[in-house]
Amino acid sequence: MLNATLSELSAALAEKRISSVELARLFLGRIERLNAELNAFITVDASLALAQAHRADRDRAAGKAGPLTGIPLAHKDIFCTKGLRTTCGSRMLENFVSPYDAHVIERFEAAGSVLLGKTNMDEFAMGSSNETSYFGPVRNPWDRTLVPGGSSGGTAVAVAARMAPAGTGTDTGGSIRQPAALTGICGLKPTYGVVSRYGMIAFASSLDQGGPMAKCAQDLALLMNAMAGFDARDSTSLERPQEDYGRELGRSLAGLRIGLPNEYAGEGIEPGVRRAVDEAVRWFEAQGAKTVPVELPNTALAVPVYYVLAPAEASSNLSRFDGVRYGHRAKDYADLAEMYSRTRAEGFGAEVKRRILVGTYVLSHGYYDAYYLQAQKLRRLIAQDFAAAFRSCDVILGPTTPTTAFPIGAKIDDPVQMYLNDIFTIPAPLAGLPGLSIPCGFDDKGLPVGLQLTGGYFSEAQLLGIAHRYQQATDWHLRVPTEAPL
Amino acid sequence: MSLSPDQIERLARLARIALGPGEEVAVVGRLNRVLGLIDQMRAVDTTGIEPMSHPVDVVQRQRPDCVTETDQHELFQAAAPAVEAGLYLVPRVLE
Repeated sequence: MLNATLSELSAALAEKRISSVELARLFLGRIERLNAELNAFITVDASLALAQAHRADRDRAAGKAGPLTGIPLAHKDIFCTKGLRTTCGSRMLENFVSPYDAHVIERFEAAGSVLLGKTNMDEFAMGSSNETSYFGPVRNPWDRTLVPGGSSGGTAVAVAARMAPAGTGTDTGGSIRQPAALTGICGLKPTYGVVSRYGMIAFASSLDQGGPMAKCAQDLALLMNAMAGFDARDSTSLERPQEDYGRELGRSLAGLRIGLPNEYAGEGIEPGVRRAVDEAVRWFEAQGAKTVPVELPNTALAVPVYYVLAPAEASSNLSRFDGVRYGHRAKDYADLAEMYSRTRAEGFGAEVKRRILVGTYVLSHGYYDAYYLQAQKLRRLIAQDFAAAFRSCDVILGPTTPTTAFPIGAKIDDPVQMYLNDIFTIPAPLAGLPGLSIPCGFDDKGLPVGLQLTGGYFSEAQLLGIAHRYQQATDWHLRVPTEAPL
Repeated sequence: MSLSPDQIERLARLARIALGPGEEVAVVGRLNRVLGLIDQMRAVDTTGIEPMSHPVDVVQRQRPDCVTETDQHELFQAAAPAVEAGLYLVPRVLE
């Protein structure tokens, strides 16, 4: 059961081979055994989970069960939950209990799923290693001395170590796809505007997007069916007809045009990553897919552009944390200005402060045009590169990250080294496009490699269909981490 | 472009983040590395390119002009560090 997919769990529940309560207990027990070491969860409320599981069993008995009824999930601690604290990985919100639920939380509750707990993350989603969390680093279950990636590293490890069958993350510059790649699971960043941001604590509002994380593409489709959809409370939520994200799971790969950007095959990619991705490409070719070379000439600029735009938006979004309405407030201050500045000095960690300062700088008088406006212009060029590439291909394929998981502590003192790790995941959110990472093999160290598929706007179902075909022929996604055996 | 400790102090003031004694030095070093990275994009000629502030072209939705929110100040203020008589308490700003 611990290694079962959501559809298998759903079938087991429907056939009464297990109850929701038994399933919740199974995963809660696994969390109890592993969490002290892996640190994937910040908050676990077993009594709440069991109460929800009891309700799911009653709903099922009353004939009111859907595909996610009674399925336990792990939600990133960036989604506000009424009655259960939401920390966003920060001291600032260490004791914050939201008065309302995020849209995503409401949707999963309406679908009857069970909330196992809130997962660890880089503070305010700013990080690529889960080391910036106030609640300590998350450890990679493939090798506990390594990072799991970030910022949704807690959910990634919860799923990889089979402490939860699936969960949610958010992605601003790679925060779903990069940790999915580094822990050997699947993660989808949907098209911007498909999943409501209501109740999802804001980092960079023009980039942030919630998405599912799970063992396989089919599970991602099930989760998307619950979490995607219009919500009037998010001003950028898109009004579109409800989709079935699993509708292309059976589609053939013959004739599919796969774009291979030169820029995603350059230096800096570890040989083990390159080998696994090349092998996947050959598999797709053997199924009748055609590969075509494409160009994304502004790829190298994506990282600097992102590290102007995201901090600029963050500096504005995080100005709300002032010690007045919620969150931490400093104890000693002489006046209001000092109350603000000490509250923020104590409440935020080093990386968050650094990004707020960078954002303040690029938006400040005399620098706005040279940095912020210039970055917005380059953002358009990056989006245009994708539009041009999608004229000759259906999807773009490459590695999710240039390297497999790296040691805890290796990059935390050098922000630029850390940022460059996101080179392949940053371009898609700048353009607002969907991106999917799935496991495609292991390097010589035995660490999982992620394969990234990027598609046109609203191509989620197609991406999931392509990944599903691959996963029917491979078992990378079912491998259990060596340091968290079943 | 690299920042001096004076400029860092000004930024920290604008951002309302207190820097501890000696903290500027550590902050300035790492911040300047980040600025070195983002400076790469300044050299590109972007004449005539429309800035892109948002990934999708959407217009703000309109809704009927009627009351949709109810008064929930007690619920919302329950999360505040200091509240009295329905008001948020802060240090005195006027003498």
